[in-house]
Amino acid sequence: MFTAMLGEAWHAMGANRLRTFLTMLGMVIGVSAVVLMMAIGQGAEAAVKRSISAMGSNLFVILSGPPTSGGARSATGNAPSLNVKDANAISDLDGVVGVAPVTMGKAQIVFGSNNWNTDIIGTTPSYLEIRGWNLSDGYAFSESDIRSATRVALVGKTIVQNIFGDNIDPVGKTIRIKQSPFVILGVLDSKGQTLDGRDQDDTIIVPLTTAQRKLFGNQLPGSVRQIIVQAESDNTMPMVEEGLNSLLNQRHNIREGSDSDFYVRNLTAIANSAAETTRTMSLLLGAIASVSLLVGGIGIMNIMLVSVTERTREIGIRMAIGARQRDILLQFLLEAIVISIVGCLIGIAIGVGGAIMVNIITKAEIIISANSVAIAFGVAASIGVFFGFYPARKAAMLNPIEALRYQ
Amino acid sequence: MQKSVIEVSSLYKDYQTAAGPFPVLKDVNLHIENGDYVAIMGPSGSGKSTFMNILGCLDKPSKGQYVLDGHPVANMEQNAVAQVRNKTIGFVFQGFNLLARSSLLDNVALPLVYAGVDKAERHARAKLLLEKVGLANYLNSRPNQISGGQQQRVAIARALVNKPSLILADEPTGNLDSVTSEEIMTLFSELNQEGITIVLVTHETDIAEHASRQVRFLDGRIVQDTRTREIGTSNTSSKSIAIPISEAI
Ligand SMILES: Nc1ncnc2c1ncn2[C@@H]1O[C@H](COP(=O)(O)OP(=O)(O)OP(=O)(O)O)[C@@H](O)[C@H]1O
Ligand SMILES: [Mg+2]
Repeated sequence: MFTAMLGEAWHAMGANRLRTFLTMLGMVIGVSAVVLMMAIGQGAEAAVKRSISAMGSNLFVILSGPPTSGGARSATGNAPSLNVKDANAISDLDGVVGVAPVTMGKAQIVFGSNNWNTDIIGTTPSYLEIRGWNLSDGYAFSESDIRSATRVALVGKTIVQNIFGDNIDPVGKTIRIKQSPFVILGVLDSKGQTLDGRDQDDTIIVPLTTAQRKLFGNQLPGSVRQIIVQAESDNTMPMVEEGLNSLLNQRHNIREGSDSDFYVRNLTAIANSAAETTRTMSLLLGAIASVSLLVGGIGIMNIMLVSVTERTREIGIRMAIGARQRDILLQFLLEAIVISIVGCLIGIAIGVGGAIMVNIITKAEIIISANSVAIAFGVAASIGVFFGFYPARKAAMLNPIEALRYQ
Repeated sequence: MQKSVIEVSSLYKDYQTAAGPFPVLKDVNLHIENGDYVAIMGPSGSGKSTFMNILGCLDKPSKGQYVLDGHPVANMEQNAVAQVRNKTIGFVFQGFNLLARSSLLDNVALPLVYAGVDKAERHARAKLLLEKVGLANYLNSRPNQISGGQQQRVAIARALVNKPSLILADEPTGNLDSVTSEEIMTLFSELNQEGITIVLVTHETDIAEHASRQVRFLDGRIVQDTRTREIGTSNTSSKSIAIPISEAI
């Protein structure tokens, strides 16, 4: 009985192919939009999550210069007001588990005939710990390298690819940074992109003192651009933030009410709000896509209503030969469901294909989860039932004799 | 005395119109016994189709009693009425009323779908009946590919497929020429010979003569009721069907 009805639904759809196709198109577009948007949204979320976990946890960064209302501004850190002694003092604060003074800049590096312009970070070994950054090869520099400002370097994966290629083991090789030779001690693990899309693997890390004295000759000896501070836990972060501010205000002789010459940023909070933003974005994208699904559903309802009117006589005949109300209801409901499910399957295929295309063209991360496909399928099927029900009921409630007389 | 299939007493039917209720059937009383062959006649607008629709449980009377096969139809719930239309009654309409998009085989098999018969048996039974009405070569044709007489044969096959005890035919020959009409009437006579009760509406006296009893409607009332033959003795002028249909189904 059920298979016979399914066959009839299929038959009825085939009877008016163009119309069935156009009705289905609404569903196809809706479902493919939902699948595509979910793939992009979930991909973006995953990328953000990954860069957050790559950043390290419970971090503050202290920047030189006055705070600005818009957060970071390009001048921030330009007039160095922080120094290594500040960093040493911070490490004695309660709740602080790691401190890394950082100075940085751009520099040209050369190996053999290969050139590359990259970011140089001068810092202490604790930087790697705070950032949870491991080495994939070789070993890190130590405190004694800091003391004697040796010319050693740790290089990121992007550097390795661009100036060494696949066949040369960079560990032990000498590269030139701003003309001076540096021995490569180790290769950094890949960290991927930052939240703002910078390639963190396009980085060279050298001892802080080496960077200060030999690469970026400083106006004030011992000054640093930033100090990165790791708090013990999420809970101690407010306390540490307060401690940092009062300690540095005191050390820099800043009186209450006047502008300070440094700025403490809670990196973890910024990262969390970025994660929140992408989540909201992907929800929004999904919601917009769902609207097209709704429109597709209304299209199905519209066509089913037309179909019921057109086939009034057929309904009358079926009733006259013994169809019960629920047989008629089921017949039209099945038709709506078959249209929406077939449309949904095509839509899933197009959505998945589109997501793969987006990935290929823009290199943006996408995630096609079984979950999102299942949700799209479930929603589409329910739309078929929901929007198919009213026309089907209308058909089932027809008076047999009036339906038979209908011309 | 044979048991009555149809017992209609003091039946009224009003149509609701803009100008108020419009009476179409006024105090109709009729008993039809099992195996009878009744022709209903009367001028246009006298209420014949209205009466047939009530007999077929497609429409409800405004007032009065209709007992079908011992069951008062008024007390039946929707699904039971659908089952009566499916199993007890076979309809034949003036306009044939076949499903244009379905093959003849599927058309004839359709009542069996609603009876819950499985596919193999549906097709077997539909095929056998199409053979009995002489359309064995048209199983997969569409209704628009065959003549009116052939379409009416398909409709009769469809009416018979669920082995009904009662056939209701509203002007079954109304759209057919006289030769084709004769063929259809022969088919009805044979069915009646096999014990199926037949009620048919016609305008033509020579068609009505095939029946055993003629009932005349005028202005919503039965004005004449004549028996011309005993029940079960309708004339089968030519034996076109070798195997009785009841054996086929
Ligand atoms: N749905 C309806 N609403 C209002 N009046 C109706 C309706 N159906 C039929 N009638 C009226 O009821 C009367 C009887 O109609 P019916 O179809 O039963 O006549 P009939 O005897 O079958 O006529 P014919 O021989 O022309 O088929 C007619 O006057 C018709 O106008
Ligand atoms: Mg009529």
